[in-house]
Amino acid sequence: MAEEKKLLKVTIDNITVEVEPGTTILMAARKIGGDIVPPTMCYYSKLQNTGGYCRTCLVRVAAGSTADPRPMPKLVASCRTAVMDGMIVENITNPAVLEARKGVVEFLLLNHPLDCPVCDQAGECDLQDLSYEHGAEATRYEFKRRTFERIDIGPYIQLHMTRCILCYRCVHTANQVAGNREHGVLDRGDHAQIATYIQKSLESPMIGNVIDVCPVGALTDRTFRFKNRVWFTKPVDAHRDCPHCKGKVRLWMRGDDVLRVTARKDQFGEVEEWICNECRFEKKQVSDWVIEGPTRLDRHSVINAGHYEKIEKPQEFLTEVMHGHAARILLDIHAVSDVNMVDLNVINGPATNATFNGNPKAVGTNVTDVKEGKGRNVAGTDSTNPNTP
Amino acid sequence: MERKPMTLAEKLYLPAIFKGMGITFSHLFKKKPTVSYPEEKRPFSDVFRGLHILNRDEEGRERCTACGLCAVACPAEAITMEAAERQPGEEHLFREEKYAAKYEINMLRCIFCGLCEEACPKDAIYLTKTFAPANYGRKGFIYKKDDLLIPNPLTDPEGYEKAKGTIGTGIK
Repeated sequence: MAEEKKLLKVTIDNITVEVEPGTTILMAARKIGGDIVPPTMCYYSKLQNTGGYCRTCLVRVAAGSTADPRPMPKLVASCRTAVMDGMIVENITNPAVLEARKGVVEFLLLNHPLDCPVCDQAGECDLQDLSYEHGAEATRYEFKRRTFERIDIGPYIQLHMTRCILCYRCVHTANQVAGNREHGVLDRGDHAQIATYIQKSLESPMIGNVIDVCPVGALTDRTFRFKNRVWFTKPVDAHRDCPHCKGKVRLWMRGDDVLRVTARKDQFGEVEEWICNECRFEKKQVSDWVIEGPTRLDRHSVINAGHYEKIEKPQEFLTEVMHGHAARILLDIHAVSDVNMVDLNVINGPATNATFNGNPKAVGTNVTDVKEGKGRNVAGTDSTNPNTP
Repeated sequence: MERKPMTLAEKLYLPAIFKGMGITFSHLFKKKPTVSYPEEKRPFSDVFRGLHILNRDEEGRERCTACGLCAVACPAEAITMEAAERQPGEEHLFREEKYAAKYEINMLRCIFCGLCEEACPKDAIYLTKTFAPANYGRKGFIYKKDDLLIPNPLTDPEGYEKAKGTIGTGIK
């Protein structure tokens, strides 16, 4: 006789849901969905052993279970706490939880540079969303923030350690997805940093996924660096026949240029299918892909600012309605404008002054490019301040 | 409306004419409201929104970091830009690691609403108390970085101060 699994009843913010034993509070909340899902910065349901570091998913357990209905004495991390039958959880209905979360956001932002205008992650950054929704308006921190020089770890990945919140997602990704981990967290406490330890570069064929799992702009795509803002690019779902991965990706296009390729993310910002480096970094032509259609995003996302809903281009109809006469254009903007003169999708790094002035293939180099053997991992040096060593 | 027949004084016609001429004559002795532009210019209000300027910091470095917030805030979609990475040796030119290599405002589209100024997180764009000048062609209205940048305070302190003076201070 097949053993029938007993489902556990759990009530989160007055909504009851039945889940299987072993489910965490967070996953139960995600089953309900909506506003009551606690935000996560370090937990990643697609990876093993993540969660517990960032404390943004703290909730209050008002009643432990039917058998023992006493409340838990402190707020618990919902990503690591399993549900019990009859458990009552309070998330957004409890002001103490929101207050605690506000404190957590303030701590996460202690050393964060808040250089969102420069950062390529802006617009799709978990920390940006979190601090916008739950954070305080100002910090009370008065000391010098710790800063690092930015490093190119490998030819495709840029590490801005200054922005890192030490969520360990990339470490778990390298272990579980890429299979060959060459980076990790060095030092402890306030000195902890993500590093490759003496100039190694990340070159595993699946390592590009660390960019997608990074909740902040610490690990970014060097082939997309500074090419455009996320909200001016058009997300399109596409696939290709890839020998290394399933090849289901999201293209971020500008006109007919593929500026960036990422994995598809679900409503909780988690990757649906891991993609390989070849798909991510080397296939920047529309002809490489079979386009399925525009991506549907959360309507609150800034990326929807462009209103990209249709894939077909509107027909040029003026000649037709004017009985074959071409329209007399008073100003051809392309004759005057200087922008969109360089094909940014064909260069595999950030554009520089030279790129726009005569050498369209020029790519920015980095003094700490570990590929060139010049890399150094020096804590406390500021890449944006030329006065520090 | 009253439909009474006119009185004798009204029917005489001349008193009303002299009353009207008196008002006209009295204006000869009043202060003239005419401003003889361009010799004489009317002072702008502090909240006047005219031509844009791209600001520099006190060391002459461009403040704009091409974050795109002005372009996304622009209701007329007049602003376009392309970003580039600051290379070693260019630190005296650009304040941040990223900068706008190309920055264009289509003044034909611009409605001078000032939302770009509101959106800018870097104090980089301001609307000045300057009119957009007239032009015979449309080509002259695509303003590029050369047209928009404030003079460098290190090489042209006089021009910098003059341009800085045209930036409104907002409502006090």
